[in-house]
Amino acid sequence: MPVLEVRNIRKSFGNVEVLKGIDFTLEKGGALSIIGSSGSGKTTLLRCLNFLERPDEGSIKVNGEVLLDCSDPSTLRESQIRQKRLHFGLVFQSFNLFPQYTALKNVLLAPKLIAKENHDWEKIRHDVYDEAYDIFRNIGLYDRMDNYPHQLSGGQQQRVAIARALIMHPDILCFDEPTSALDPELTGEVLKVINKLSEQKTTMIIVTHEMEFARDVADHVIFMDGGIICEQGDPQEVFNNPKEERTKQFLTRYSRSQ
Amino acid sequence: MSTILEQLPIVVNALNEGFIQTLKLFAVTLLGAFPLGLIIAFGSLSKFKVISITTSFIIWIIRGTPLMIQLLIVYYFPGLVLHSPIWGGGESGRFLAASIAFIVNYACYFSEIYRGGILSVPIGQSEAGLVLGMTKSQIFFNVTLLQMIKRIVPPISNEIITLVKDTALARIIALQEVIWAGQAFMKGSHGISGAIWPLFFTAFYYLIFNGIVTLLLGRLERKLDYFR
Repeated sequence: MPVLEVRNIRKSFGNVEVLKGIDFTLEKGGALSIIGSSGSGKTTLLRCLNFLERPDEGSIKVNGEVLLDCSDPSTLRESQIRQKRLHFGLVFQSFNLFPQYTALKNVLLAPKLIAKENHDWEKIRHDVYDEAYDIFRNIGLYDRMDNYPHQLSGGQQQRVAIARALIMHPDILCFDEPTSALDPELTGEVLKVINKLSEQKTTMIIVTHEMEFARDVADHVIFMDGGIICEQGDPQEVFNNPKEERTKQFLTRYSRSQ
Repeated sequence: MSTILEQLPIVVNALNEGFIQTLKLFAVTLLGAFPLGLIIAFGSLSKFKVISITTSFIIWIIRGTPLMIQLLIVYYFPGLVLHSPIWGGGESGRFLAASIAFIVNYACYFSEIYRGGILSVPIGQSEAGLVLGMTKSQIFFNVTLLQMIKRIVPPISNEIITLVKDTALARIIALQEVIWAGQAFMKGSHGISGAIWPLFFTAFYYLIFNGIVTLLLGRLERKLDYFR
């Protein structure tokens, strides 16, 4: 059974239909990269998965559980969205770290708030801290945990943002152009962390403009154009042997610009 | 005719007493207007049109009319028009009426500053909170609030300094604040009459107190400098 099943997702903003029926599935431990030009609907798709936008049509299933089905109002209740969101993690293009907290506190804030609601923070406190330390070691920022975001480079900030998403144990971790806001010399360190996560079999969806990375990290790639999935398949296939004319054009445009 | 030097201790004593009333009104106004302003800010930011339009209407009225007239209406309207003098007589009644007029007036000004502060926090901050499973109120108190406070310290400081001086308006309903106490020496008070210098002297009280307020607010601003 796939960990994620997305069926016929449609979304319009006013008169503009941004997603025109998106279908795909993702296996546990799989890494999916989504490529396509700006405005093709990639970010909107991730935002729908994370319940930051509500699709107009379609359904989202995680581990067989229907999280959202636009034809079934009982799945659209605002009160349940918070719980459903936790199946997904999202790493933003602009990091969105909380500037008033240290890197460590950025990572601990959400687990702490949730544990406090359940009145078991004192009980799990040690484990959560230990896990946070482990994650910081894993992303190579153990010695920068007590720094505030503005004292970190963009690449380091993005790695902290990844840590902040990881500690919530999402079933699927989404990356929305994680390196687009970074100077070229800083993208490598972020991609390295994502690569490492992929090797550790983290289930991931990566929206990216780094074509080489999209090909190497993923075991499945989707090319989106004009709100539809134009082509998808094995990364080597799609990149080396694209079948659709639009995919070919997109890839040539990219290889030329690089 | 006694000399100013002989009058000084008597005058300072009377002015101190008046200034305590000034400080009380200042403190009560801040204590009331800070939270009330936040509620009004949420009202004007509400998704529900009825609430946001009503709130904007109230803000328009309060900011569009002189505080002095608001004071007069709050104090005299219940007694003279409705024939139910709810404030009671004496200084405590005047203080209560003045407090309410000041709190509502300043809350409206604060609310607009808060609103600007809330809107200036990037939307990505609350989206990051949502994605991490936080509730809207958790996001407001743990993420947005401090960033908002950092941004509004300079404009709020302006309002606070204005408030120190605005308290003098309460004299219109005969609240016995420091200017009232200074003016009393012209007609005659504590055995001194025909002296105008005590009235001028009150300016020092405002000046010194505003100096202290400015220093404290500057410290707060520097304290929040630890993040960007």
